[in-house]
Amino acid sequence: MDFSTPPYLLKNASVTRVMAQVLLALVPAIAVYAWLIGPAILIQIALATMTALVAETLMLKVRNRPLALFLTDGSAVVTGWLIALVFPPLAPWWLVVVGTLFAIVVAKHLYGGLGQNPFNPAMIAFAVCIVSFPAFMSQWPNQALHLGLLDQFQVIFGLMPRLDALTAATPLDALKTALKLDEAGIGVPALLANRNVYGSFAGHGWEWIALSYLVGGLWMWQRKIITWQVPTGFLGALFLISGALWLYHPDRFASPLFHLFAGGSMLGAFFIATDPVSGATTPRGKLIFGAGAGLLTYLIRVFGGYPDGVAFAVLLLNICVPLIDLYTQPPIFGMKDGK
Amino acid sequence: MLQLFKFKGGVKPATNKAQSLVEPVAVAPLPSHVAIPLHQSIGGTPRPIVAVGDKVLKGQKIGEADGWISAAVHASTSGTVIHVGPQVVPHPSGLTADCVVIEPDGRDEWIARNPVDYRSLAPEAVRELLREAGVVGLGGAVFPTHGKLTAAKSVPMEEMVINGAECEPYITCDDMLMRERAVDVVRGAGVFRDLLQPKRVLIGIEDNKPEAVAAMQAAVRATGENFEVIAVPTRYPAGGAKQLIRVLTGKEVPASKRSTDLGVQCFNVATAYTAWRAIAHGEPVVSRLVTLTGNVDKPRNYEVLIGTPMDELLALAAPRSDTDGILMGGPMMGFLVPNFKVPVVKATNCLIAHSDALFPPKAPEMPCIRCGECARACPHELQPFEMYWFSRAKNFGKTQEYNVFDCIECGCCSFVCPSRIPLVQYFRFAKSEIWAREKEKNAAETAKTRFEFKQFRDEREKREKAEKLAKAAAAQAAKKAAEAQAATSAPEPVAPSPLDADQAVKKASIQAAMERAKAQREAAAARNTESLTADQQHEIEAIEARRIAAFGTDETTEK
Repeated sequence: MDFSTPPYLLKNASVTRVMAQVLLALVPAIAVYAWLIGPAILIQIALATMTALVAETLMLKVRNRPLALFLTDGSAVVTGWLIALVFPPLAPWWLVVVGTLFAIVVAKHLYGGLGQNPFNPAMIAFAVCIVSFPAFMSQWPNQALHLGLLDQFQVIFGLMPRLDALTAATPLDALKTALKLDEAGIGVPALLANRNVYGSFAGHGWEWIALSYLVGGLWMWQRKIITWQVPTGFLGALFLISGALWLYHPDRFASPLFHLFAGGSMLGAFFIATDPVSGATTPRGKLIFGAGAGLLTYLIRVFGGYPDGVAFAVLLLNICVPLIDLYTQPPIFGMKDGK
Repeated sequence: MLQLFKFKGGVKPATNKAQSLVEPVAVAPLPSHVAIPLHQSIGGTPRPIVAVGDKVLKGQKIGEADGWISAAVHASTSGTVIHVGPQVVPHPSGLTADCVVIEPDGRDEWIARNPVDYRSLAPEAVRELLREAGVVGLGGAVFPTHGKLTAAKSVPMEEMVINGAECEPYITCDDMLMRERAVDVVRGAGVFRDLLQPKRVLIGIEDNKPEAVAAMQAAVRATGENFEVIAVPTRYPAGGAKQLIRVLTGKEVPASKRSTDLGVQCFNVATAYTAWRAIAHGEPVVSRLVTLTGNVDKPRNYEVLIGTPMDELLALAAPRSDTDGILMGGPMMGFLVPNFKVPVVKATNCLIAHSDALFPPKAPEMPCIRCGECARACPHELQPFEMYWFSRAKNFGKTQEYNVFDCIECGCCSFVCPSRIPLVQYFRFAKSEIWAREKEKNAAETAKTRFEFKQFRDEREKREKAEKLAKAAAAQAAKKAAEAQAATSAPEPVAPSPLDADQAVKKASIQAAMERAKAQREAAAARNTESLTADQQHEIEAIEARRIAAFGTDETTEK
């Protein structure tokens, strides 16, 4: 006889199902990425996934946890995929391996494993690598060159010389550098007119990937994997600050449209800031968390020293989570009029 | 059309009600014996008033209500009392409780049943009648109904809610009751209305029971009442009293208040029915409708005598061979009974034959990922994952800060949890720990007060004695000093040398000091225990005996 406890009926829900749906929501963006930027992303995803699973296995063994149960939860794979998606696709193979190892071993398991990490592991990987290997982390593929899968494979594994011509800056980085160099000022609108770099509205190629993240994110919202508060807070704050500065000085600041779809905005708003473990949990807290991350993202990418600000913005907000949660506890049933 | 309100959270498990609704209610045959627990309501445990060997009739009182919040218990059939004492009762822990076991004589012979016209009785008398008839909340809480039939003094009674929502999956006994015996339910509600005098009576039924809604509407028309029968959206736990009150009136009753404080009261439909049977037919609560369903071939509702062994009852529904347990209540809040022989009690609304195929064993528990599903499902808008965290850490103060006592244990949080954490169990654990600690703390505080008072008393006695001694010593010293003074002044005419005089003063003061010391010693030793009369001695002994007796009782109360 089964002496388990009520309820005896359970919804068909599991951590694995949640993680599988997050992965599924990333698939459209990965497809667009592989098609527009190059199949190198698939190599990086494979590398990150394998590293994540190996690191997860080792750490579970060290920590004496049931392997089958935790390896199939899918959380390590999600971390791996996110790391691959925020790293430059042509980065040397060891870069994504180092990043993923750090994320799984230090950011996840040394803090107690699944559900215990105060910081977003993928963003920790990004932060550690951009601080330690800034050169490699800013070499993004030059889209003027079209390399096949084999060539890209050889670049990643160092079988082909890493030529400067292979790489370029991201549109966000390029814009920032151009504005800095050109003090006299051609102005943002004139710069953005260069479609080869800046595409139709937010970066050649990248804008369509961002749009795919938006689609995947909306699907997750519809499936109730995520709630509306974090993406709305994130994108809303980003829109408001970029819009205000753009209205103030359109020559110096790019439009909200550019900022919403450039860099890691969409990925960050829907897939990274929504991480439940390291994020705020109350409805109002999530709005604050998202808005804070969106605001800091803008400040770092426009006024800071890094090409994009999502990683540091999310990590800084991770620190604030206990405080945000504490001060945004919703009133409970029957206690809404402050009694 | 009445405006309905929403409650937050809730879940929609598969209802599985259709199976047991095919056949009409049947009367279960007489069982081989009935074991009637004396404690079948919240409040005091009734005292048994029958002994082994007594012949009893159906409806005869066998347990006298103990205190106002308590309800009488009755023999559910005629026969012979064969045992009065502890038996295993339906409780998740396998608890035993005092039961009266009756061997039926097969005649099922009633006591004299006396219908009363309750309108001619004082409200107090009607409440007393319900208490004597053992009418308790049959929705599951078994709170004595008469205890809920007094309006709050300061708040006017606005709404009375009759709960026919029956939101738990599988259970259909209230549905069948409303379909088949709607008029008596409405009449029972009429009694409650007359006692509470609410402005409106709202009968809430989940909208997955259109037949019950129609039957109740017809009954309301037939009886000429102005009750409103309202179909409410089907969503578990819409049948929770607080949720139904919220849906029908918009009022939210927090854990810290009674619903009457907000001018609203809620009764289950089966409670209203039994109240009417007690008043209009003179029948105390000796049976109830029970749904037999789950892993059985012939699911159905039965009218079942209280005390019927569950295995005999479930046999009527032909349980399948892989049945490995009996769930009492629904799958959300019910529990597996400790063995198949336990009796049906007033709280038994449903027996579900359990099998692993029907209710698969839970997958292993995973760590909480703070996804917040539980918070979104919680009808009381709590933060279950936070309370879980603090319960696990045994930080019970924090669980209270997060309002663990507002948890109604509906199981929505556990139902949706992707990590399959038995959240409700953690909250029950936290609650029971807090209660236990509260009790301990109270006991410790009583002991401390007692100890402090004893210390204070000892100190006071010591102080008083010291004061008395000091006074006595001072008097003695003054007397000695005066004598010494007289001694030194007497030989004055001899004209002593100054040296002699000095020495004399010294000597006298030494003498006085020695006398003082001696007096002190004597006083210290000289208790009033020396040279006592016989009477005094007896008195002291009596005091001593009383003190021992007092301390003796002190010690026993401390234990």
